[in-house]
Amino acid sequence: MPFQSNVPPGELSEKWKQYRSSMPLVAPNNKRRLEVIIVGTGLAGGAAAATFGELGYKVKVFTFHDSPRRAHSIAAQGGINAAKNYQNDGDSIYRLFYDTIKGGDYRSREANVHRLAEASVSIIDQAVAQGVPFAREYGGLLSNRSFGGVQVSRTFYARGQTGQQLLLGAYQSLSRQISLGNVQLFNRHEMIDLVMENGKARGIIARNLLTGETERHAAHAVVLGTGGYGNVFYLSTNAMNSNGSAAWRAVKQGAYMANPCFTQIHPTCIPVSGEYQSKLTLMSESLRNDGRVWVPKSQEDAAAIREGRKTGLDIAEDQRDYYLERRYPAFGNLVPRDVASRAAKTACDEGLGVSPTGLAVYLDFDAAIQRYGKSRAHSLNEYSADDQRIRELGVAVIEEKYGNLFEMYEKITGEDPYVMPMKIYPAVHYTMGGLWVDYNLQTNVPGLFAIGEANFSDHGANRLGASALMQGLADGYFVLPYTIGTYLSQEIRNPMVDPNGPAFMAAEAKSQDRIDRLMAINGTKSAEAFHRELGKIMWEYCGMARNAEGLRKGRKLIRELRKEFWSDVFVPGRIKEYNPELEKALRVADFLELGELMMLDALDRNESCGGHFREEYQSEEGEALRRDDEYAYVSAWEWDDDEPILHKEELIFENVELKTRSYK
Amino acid sequence: MDNMKLKLRIWRQGGKFPKGQFVNYDLDGVNDHMSFLEMLDVLNEKLINKKEDPIAFEHDCREGICGTCSLVINGYPHGPMQQTTACQLHMRNFRDGDTITIEPWRSRAFPIVKDLVVNRDSFDRIIQAGGFISVDTGQAQDGNAIPIEKDQASHAFDAATCIGCGACVAACPNASAMLFVGAKVSHLAQVPQGKVEAETRVQRMVAQHDAEGFGRCSNITACEAECPKGISVEHIARLNRQYIGSTLGSEKVAN
Amino acid sequence: MATSTAKRTVSRVGWFGKFLTSSIGQKIIMSLTGLFLITFLVVHLIGNLQLILGNDDGYAFNSYAYFMTNNPVIKTTSYLLYAFIILHAIQGLLLWSQNRKARGDQKYAVKVDRTAGGSKSSIYMGSLGMVILAFIIVHMVQFWGQMHFSDSIGPFTAEGYEGAKDLYALVAATYENIGMVIFYVVAMVFIAFHLWHGFQSAFQTLGLNHKKYTPLIKAVGYVYSVLVPLGFAIIPIVMYLRHQGVL
Repeated sequence: MPFQSNVPPGELSEKWKQYRSSMPLVAPNNKRRLEVIIVGTGLAGGAAAATFGELGYKVKVFTFHDSPRRAHSIAAQGGINAAKNYQNDGDSIYRLFYDTIKGGDYRSREANVHRLAEASVSIIDQAVAQGVPFAREYGGLLSNRSFGGVQVSRTFYARGQTGQQLLLGAYQSLSRQISLGNVQLFNRHEMIDLVMENGKARGIIARNLLTGETERHAAHAVVLGTGGYGNVFYLSTNAMNSNGSAAWRAVKQGAYMANPCFTQIHPTCIPVSGEYQSKLTLMSESLRNDGRVWVPKSQEDAAAIREGRKTGLDIAEDQRDYYLERRYPAFGNLVPRDVASRAAKTACDEGLGVSPTGLAVYLDFDAAIQRYGKSRAHSLNEYSADDQRIRELGVAVIEEKYGNLFEMYEKITGEDPYVMPMKIYPAVHYTMGGLWVDYNLQTNVPGLFAIGEANFSDHGANRLGASALMQGLADGYFVLPYTIGTYLSQEIRNPMVDPNGPAFMAAEAKSQDRIDRLMAINGTKSAEAFHRELGKIMWEYCGMARNAEGLRKGRKLIRELRKEFWSDVFVPGRIKEYNPELEKALRVADFLELGELMMLDALDRNESCGGHFREEYQSEEGEALRRDDEYAYVSAWEWDDDEPILHKEELIFENVELKTRSYK
Repeated sequence: MDNMKLKLRIWRQGGKFPKGQFVNYDLDGVNDHMSFLEMLDVLNEKLINKKEDPIAFEHDCREGICGTCSLVINGYPHGPMQQTTACQLHMRNFRDGDTITIEPWRSRAFPIVKDLVVNRDSFDRIIQAGGFISVDTGQAQDGNAIPIEKDQASHAFDAATCIGCGACVAACPNASAMLFVGAKVSHLAQVPQGKVEAETRVQRMVAQHDAEGFGRCSNITACEAECPKGISVEHIARLNRQYIGSTLGSEKVAN
Repeated sequence: MATSTAKRTVSRVGWFGKFLTSSIGQKIIMSLTGLFLITFLVVHLIGNLQLILGNDDGYAFNSYAYFMTNNPVIKTTSYLLYAFIILHAIQGLLLWSQNRKARGDQKYAVKVDRTAGGSKSSIYMGSLGMVILAFIIVHMVQFWGQMHFSDSIGPFTAEGYEGAKDLYALVAATYENIGMVIFYVVAMVFIAFHLWHGFQSAFQTLGLNHKKYTPLIKAVGYVYSVLVPLGFAIIPIVMYLRHQGVL
């Protein structure tokens, strides 16, 4: 199978423009005859489906949700980056490109990232035209905020619900195409296999989740916009139903999985409260603008807090360790996500954690409340305001800025964060890894494309804040609609693909057989129980810090668990009915293979970079040690039940110099 | 409190209960830090371990934004806490020994799929009827070309924050979806980009709302009370205004 | 199969028919007829207060009634009034049945009635309306019907009112009966509740919701829905008490 990045030649800043102007096109009369299947209706899939419909292709779009609007893109809070330079603070396409490459710890492809930065500008225009109610200044122009440790203000936002508003924009455009008959929507349909014919992706087998029937759907090309696989950890900030199965089904058909071990652990999440915990809730990164992270200096104090004998308020100022400020004076509490997460883990590993589980640190707003309170008192001419009044004024400012987040925190934990310092802990949030794609976003399987979080392409080893929305929409609106032409222009002579052909019948039979086998096990443990166990293994051995020994052990444990799963899982209900437990079991079965590949990939990568921290490779101060001479490549894994095969795509950096990230 | 005992009275429909009925379950060992859905997870895990059919309920993001969860808890859509989705509701809001009744959204336009799961395709069809701005990708002018007054953008957001869960319909004694329709019409009518098609949009969306079999609004305001995003009925007033202006005041006849 | 595609029915009723039969159109019918009836109630009350304002053995009231039944403009308006009452009632019943159907066959087992500013009456507008309709029928038969079709009412003998009937006597006779007094007073309570929601709801339906003016509309509505039914209710009480010689 082909394995070339297909990056066009030319100057970095001109590549995309030139390529776009010279790539093969499909004439309108042919577009009507070409069918495209899109799986997933999040920012990437939804945007692509709408745009393909507008262009005139025959589109079928699939989502396992009841409505395209429920895709997990909806939960993104903070914002979306774009190199508009509306703030006149020195931003540019190059700077956004550079920040993204650097933030990704130099493990992404230059040309793709630059194209992303170029497209970012059009996304904002498009979203505004769709009616997305971005935050505005008094003069009526778009407002920006700073985010994720970069030095410019380039993040556009709609309160704390930017993802929701952007997704609804895409959903509405998609709805328009559905009403025009250009796009056919298959909601409550889950892709359970990819169909290959003569080495090309030709369609999918989908399960109608209402009836349990399997269906065969054929097309000239298949696009996966199915999101990330963070739920392999069981506990993550992903939605409960987010899964890696569509991508994994493609891998089983020969698509390569790239950099699977690159997972982003977000530092500010609400800690786990018990074994029953089903998911983790993210608190926006913006909180670190005003919150100070600390743990007690002494283990005795930490133990006292854990046992409920003391609270954070009882620890005197000089007994607190503001460890981020201490270790990274230049960036302080605003270090990138991977650095902040690891530092929290280190503190808790030293026995300084502050929740009953020992896995939490404080995020304290007291200093900010005091600071804002004094400043507000000053501007109100209340020069002799007492402490209580200052506090009151400060709380009001914090409430204006973060009110909804504080409220959410209180709902979930039952503690008032205006009084008690918040407790936070890192949690799995995003997967930078994904299906390997070339510059055209085509996987190594001809006719199979991957967009958004489902591909690996733009974020390297660590994603910057407010970049996920940007990438999903860039892929869906402004990249794939062009690049898919390079493939479909070759398909104009091929007639409609027959969904009753032998390849389809065989694929359907295989899918049904897999479901039958699963149901026939009739064991003793629920899929959920296996998933929880898998998550524990992943978190323990392939989490925030990894080492060779642990990864080997983890891989072994997963293989054992997989075996147990296939002999002891119990799936209630019947096949041909609405059966969420069966859906879950099918997804867990795939996670049990994907998890193994993640261990393998982490084991192969003998360096620390971005979200991947190998304990063996750290500096004397405990910072990540990247090894560019040996590991500046993309790992693209070909699945094999016993020994997956590694293919390497060397990363060539012609425009940026590889430097060690330092936030000290 | 980590050992609450609860009596659950849950609507089951489909499978063993073709016509639908309440089934009682006793659940103990409930921790008050659990979310409401985690409490149901625990119950389901117990049912599965007994090889019984677990209770079907829909959920996804569990952080109050996807709009998937759809439980009527003790008569309240999304439970007794206002501006809180069922997934964000925590067991500390209940007491040891409580009896909790859980029902699905009840509306002719939301037929039951199984147990507590309903089909909300009708909402999608209302949006398809006109809840969009007709702009193709790549046609847009610069985002700052048209200034929008800060407060107006903010009011548009207040309507756009709708998560499409259907609690308004579930809460409305008339099972009307006017708050859902009003929120979208109001959102798009308040941004200049959306004004272009406002007249057609409102006629088509209202027609689709009616065709789906939702009830008629009689300004009870239960929808606003139960809306997890607190969307105000003033958006229904704007919808009415738009509708009157469009049908009687403009030359547009949308079909 | 794809499950979600907007189905559209082609309407044969024309744009205005479509408007009137749409959910909002139906509500606008309720709102406009309601507002008309609200205005009518004031006129009706002013007239009725003639029953008790003077102690003139019905002169003021009878002359008022004569004017009302003989002035061609008023007569025309009264037919409009009957039509609107009927329209309001029929449309209301239709909405009530549609809304019941929209809930589906299975009702909620646990019922709560939390609203955001809407009164409890808003939930029971249909039931309140049906009681009021029944009242209006009784009321019409009792007075309007007798006035038009009964021979037993004596003449109103005053200069310039030839052929007029002594309606005051009819009313006074009716309110000698304590049962009737109670019936009318209770009916006014129902009307008060109906108006409590109906007044402000009529404005909301017309889209007249405004941060600055809505509080005023609501306040006027509450004052109206208490004072007007109270005004009506006082009449039978006063007349009864006068007959009893208490007043």
